[in-house]
Amino acid sequence: MTERLHLSPSAVLAGLVTLILVSAGLLAPWIAPHNPFDLGSLRLTDAFTPPVWNDQGDSAYPLGTDDQGRDMLSAILYGLRISLVVGFSSVLLAALIGIGLGVLAGYLGGWIDGAVMRLADIQLSFPPVLIALLIDGVARIALPRDLHARISVYVVILAIGLSFWVQYARTVRGLTLVEREKDYVNAARLIGVHPVRIVFGHILPNVMGPVLVITTINLALAIIVEATLSFLGLGVPPTQSSLGTLIRIGNDFLFSGEWWIAVFPAITLATLVLAVNLLGDWLRDTLNPKLRSQRL
Amino acid sequence: MLVFILRRLAQSVLVMLAVAFIAFALFNYVGDPVSGMVGQDTSLEDRQKLRHDLGLDDPFPVQYARFVGNAVQGKFGLSYQQAIPVDRLILDKMPATLELSLTAALLTMLVGVPMGVYTALHQDGPLARLFMTVSLIGISLPPFVVGILLILVFSVNLGWLPSFGRGEVIQIGWWSTGLLTASGLKSLVLPAITLGLFQMTLIMRLVRSEMLEVLRTDYIRFARARGLPNRTVHFGHALKNTLVSVITIAGLQLGALIAFAVITETVFQWPGMGLMFIQAVTFADIPVMAAYLLVGAFFFLAINLCVDILYQIIDPRLRINRGTANGYGR
Repeated sequence: MTERLHLSPSAVLAGLVTLILVSAGLLAPWIAPHNPFDLGSLRLTDAFTPPVWNDQGDSAYPLGTDDQGRDMLSAILYGLRISLVVGFSSVLLAALIGIGLGVLAGYLGGWIDGAVMRLADIQLSFPPVLIALLIDGVARIALPRDLHARISVYVVILAIGLSFWVQYARTVRGLTLVEREKDYVNAARLIGVHPVRIVFGHILPNVMGPVLVITTINLALAIIVEATLSFLGLGVPPTQSSLGTLIRIGNDFLFSGEWWIAVFPAITLATLVLAVNLLGDWLRDTLNPKLRSQRL
Repeated sequence: MLVFILRRLAQSVLVMLAVAFIAFALFNYVGDPVSGMVGQDTSLEDRQKLRHDLGLDDPFPVQYARFVGNAVQGKFGLSYQQAIPVDRLILDKMPATLELSLTAALLTMLVGVPMGVYTALHQDGPLARLFMTVSLIGISLPPFVVGILLILVFSVNLGWLPSFGRGEVIQIGWWSTGLLTASGLKSLVLPAITLGLFQMTLIMRLVRSEMLEVLRTDYIRFARARGLPNRTVHFGHALKNTLVSVITIAGLQLGALIAFAVITETVFQWPGMGLMFIQAVTFADIPVMAAYLLVGAFFFLAINLCVDILYQIIDPRLRINRGTANGYGR
């Protein structure tokens, strides 16, 4: 096992970068120099301060400030936190739905299998970002405004979670079909092991490898989808700015020369996604050497 | 073959009906569209009259039947926000989106396929490694970030290309085209690159892996043994076999391009259906949202159907086993 887990330099680097960004996001309230949501501490006179290496920079704001005098570094750290929380939660939700339906369809077969797979087929003909956009848009209209403002983070998580379950379901169903026919499962069934225990004790542990790979790749995609929704002004509310929200704010100031408001969050987002993608590539190659030749 | 087409067609109609139901359900879950359209001081009678004019006071089944009946004829009612017929609005915006999506698709194929072939033939060459690295970055950059960076470099700093709108357009019948004017073409460059970049990296990686797969087969070994020149083997034999799956994916990606256009159009304020949809969501303009949903679903299903049929025609070996052909996430 240890032999197969050989580390490539890019995988180590990707792992390190992911670790740094995740801990920076999680520790944001403690390591950020300012609290970007404490409106009382914002000074409008400090608005549009360029980064510190610029002549007009201020060492109190290493990456400059936005239009309201918010410290960009702190805003990015807090934004990273929101992006990661939404990304992780929505992928977890997608995994729970997808694995549940996949095992059910694969183990029980019959009409449940047919129904789940038809639903998956239908959803596959629409790109996930559009489905998330739609769910979020409908919730925005259907829910009363103040209720929506309060729960919009959960709405986004639900929207992304519901748009990513298909890949889990299809993979887990396929693997379950294979595992179900194996002798050890038949043996367990013959000696009267309860089906629930067969599923949790025997089948699920054996399908976890591919699930882990899908999770890594979907995490990168979920972070992108959340950033996209927020960029379009639909995702998380401005009081809980994610990286996408920050980029949207910065987009308005590109032409007046305040490039740093959009560019630093964009770089952070791209670095995070790239690192997670590289990690996913490495995991896939490591866990499934057969796929190594046909990476896509 | 005919049975297959009919079955797929029936399936598509069912999906369309389901989408139509969702679109219709939108109408019944919203608060009061009338109060969004009129001022505070509008009298109750005027409100009632407007409600009646919009057909909002009829019972549920009547509204649903009318909705499906009208949708089939392309009638989606009045836009709450702009008070003009939605079908006119959509026909007005459709050329912009289609021109953008098709240009991006063309760009994807013209650049992605050669890059894929090159990286497959020169696996360890420095240029091939560069392409692979660039493609990894292309997959990791969200489209709107690509758009913003392009605007920053080519519009703000260099001032070469416009960053919003379509430039001058020429009307040909109801179709408005930006492809015949210099400013229209210049406006198209950045949005098309933004929209196409992600798909381009996808096509490149697909062509590369398929080429590597085909190059390993006996068929290629025999072609070489017959003494055919490399060029014939690579392009006449290997690439031709690769194109089966490339055409499939490229077709499906065209649907994805129309969907991603929502994001690109917002970044570049491109006056297409995507921008219209986002504005409709922001203003709770249900008829426009519902119409976009139906038109979008129609495009996706039509493209999927064509690809499935094409697939059967091109490659009879492969019966309907498409798997995750368009399963890529975004």
